[in-house]
Amino acid sequence: MKIVILAKPVPDATGQERLGPDLRLDRAAIPPVINGNDEYCLEAALRLRDAGAEVSITLLAMAGAFGPDALRKGLAMGADNAYLVSDPALAGSDAWTTARVLAAALAKLEFDLVLAGVDSSDGNGGVVAAALASLSGLPYLSYATSITPDGDKVRIKRFSATGYDVLEAPLPALITGMQALGEPRYPTLRGIMGARSKTITTWALADLGIDPATVGGESAASRVSTFSIPDARSAARVVRDPAPIAAKLIVDFLVERRAI
Amino acid sequence: MPGTLWAIAEAGPDGHLTKLSAEVATLVRGLGATAGRDVAGVVTGAPGAVAAVAAELAAYLPRVVAVEAAAAAASPIAALAAQGAVQATGADTDASLFLGNSPDGRDTAGFLMAALGVGVISNAGGVAWDSGPVAEKGVFGGRLITTSSFADGHGIVTVPLGSVPAEAAASSGVVETVALAGAGAAPAVKVLERVSEAAGAVQIEEAKIIVSGGRGVGGAEGFAIVAELAEALGGAVAASRAAVDVGWIPYARQVGQTGKIVKPEVYIALGISGAVQHKVGMQGARTIVAVNTDPDAPIAEFADLFVIGNLFDIVPALVAELQAHKA
Ligand SMILES: Cc1cc2nc3c(=O)[nH]c(=O)nc-3n(C[C@H](O)[C@H](O)[C@H](O)COP(=O)(O)OP(=O)(O)OC[C@H]3O[C@@H](n4cnc5c(N)ncnc54)[C@H](O)[C@@H]3O)c2cc1C
Ligand SMILES: Nc1ncnc2c1ncn2[C@@H]1O[C@H](COP(=O)(O)O)[C@@H](O)[C@H]1O
Repeated sequence: MKIVILAKPVPDATGQERLGPDLRLDRAAIPPVINGNDEYCLEAALRLRDAGAEVSITLLAMAGAFGPDALRKGLAMGADNAYLVSDPALAGSDAWTTARVLAAALAKLEFDLVLAGVDSSDGNGGVVAAALASLSGLPYLSYATSITPDGDKVRIKRFSATGYDVLEAPLPALITGMQALGEPRYPTLRGIMGARSKTITTWALADLGIDPATVGGESAASRVSTFSIPDARSAARVVRDPAPIAAKLIVDFLVERRAI
Repeated sequence: MPGTLWAIAEAGPDGHLTKLSAEVATLVRGLGATAGRDVAGVVTGAPGAVAAVAAELAAYLPRVVAVEAAAAAASPIAALAAQGAVQATGADTDASLFLGNSPDGRDTAGFLMAALGVGVISNAGGVAWDSGPVAEKGVFGGRLITTSSFADGHGIVTVPLGSVPAEAAASSGVVETVALAGAGAAPAVKVLERVSEAAGAVQIEEAKIIVSGGRGVGGAEGFAIVAELAEALGGAVAASRAAVDVGWIPYARQVGQTGKIVKPEVYIALGISGAVQHKVGMQGARTIVAVNTDPDAPIAEFADLFVIGNLFDIVPALVAELQAHKA
């Protein structure tokens, strides 16, 4: 079974420095990682392989020059190869452009299953995957907490507000996944060494037949006009008293705040 | 009239309009008044079920289109809801569409983006109007706030819970019922089964008061005292990922980056360190109280009241104090 994982390089959420002198996100200053939800998808694919299925795993990303660093870790975890769409004209692209570019890249790959994260931790959009499924004509199964291929079909459990739904679709299909798929493994030393000889193929827009004038910040349908840093909450009131007094102070505080 | 503002609504598992959809409809009505634009709502669902949701939606908007989709009974709703929205909004290429930032809302927004070829601004906590929707949203875990708008003044906006309080209109609107054209072209994805595990329990997104436990709670038994406090306050129980990962409490209760984003009046964090991925999910709470043995826990930096102490001593005392307060 051939699986493509959409692996978006994102700034590490635990990093501290966020803004460059131009008040824009300084991506170069923050080590990139693979988006958390995408890593869960990679883990799910690796577990299918661990369970004995013959699985090839390809990572696909659209990102700037920082892309390969993030993808390297996915290769060290066990993915076989990676494709990176990278082109100066893509800077500032919005979700709609991202979906179109990824659709053009997918059209060049062979797969039975495409896995994507339910959303990305930087923009929190959660819309690229459904759009991509639509553009690529793939059945779309979202919010998977487990993935079970079965012959020429695939079944997932889909997270719901009160439990889960069991969904089924024919392959090839596109599935979005999340944390419940399982904690991503750490790359082993052998994996890290092995990743060095795996290939990351870079595609420019010309390789995908996309006109640079139709992508990037200039043609984005949605535009960011200002960036600001939110006001910090004012400093906490601190309580260090023994339990009975602390309890009374908490109730007083909630009453003062008209919370109870 | 061109440039109508649409609320694309959804039903919850109980078959009623969700609180989030009611908020989206209220937001749309307010924007319409500011912008001098027509407003309307659309909801897609199985024939029979959709009428009741449409009637609830009409409490907020002057005009509602109920789209009956026979396929909704046995397939995921988002693809159908997007087709229903495209059908209802029709030739109005200047329309803006507003959805809740729920799983189905986001899926629907993604399908609509592909169908209409317009932009999406997602998770917009504050939406204003300046010749088009202007949205303020937190990005990178809330460390930055951005203001976004559409290059050509219209597009799709998804809105998180709690951006405006839901408020019905002075009078109810009219509902017009249509059938989904092409009967939703036999979707390839089938729902084989719907399993309900936590029916009846208060959804954490809807709770005004949340009592949340972390690794410091120590085990599934420890959550009994979290639940006791939640009950004393009339609130819901939630958790950090550390508590979910070890199976003390189901994933549906997780708050944070990969869990739910909540915005209650009060969030009480018990034995939670306050990692950035947790903070993202609860920093919108009006009041944050944290109980932690570690005076240097990161949550001290964004709590309003920070109680240094052992939760196993403090919580029972607090429950007793609340009972005394009520009496
Ligand atoms: C991609 C990704 C996504 C993530 N998504 C989420 C998410 O959605 N939600 C989330 O919560 N986390 C998420 N995390 C995990 C996050 O980084 C933290 O690991 C997690 O939030 C820690 O949970 P915790 O605070 O309960 O545990 P800990 O960090 O271990 O903190 C436990 C706290 O309890 C205190 N304590 C111990 N005993 C007591 C006692 N008796 N009384 C009082 N206090 C006590 C300790 O002092 C400590 O501060 C994510 C991580 C990654 C990498
Ligand atoms: N630039 C990208 N490269 C690779 N995958 C992406 C990219 N953007 C989005 N995706 C995929 O789509 C999912 C949802 O992204 P988003 O809609 O941006 O939140 C992510 O979790 C990825 O799997």
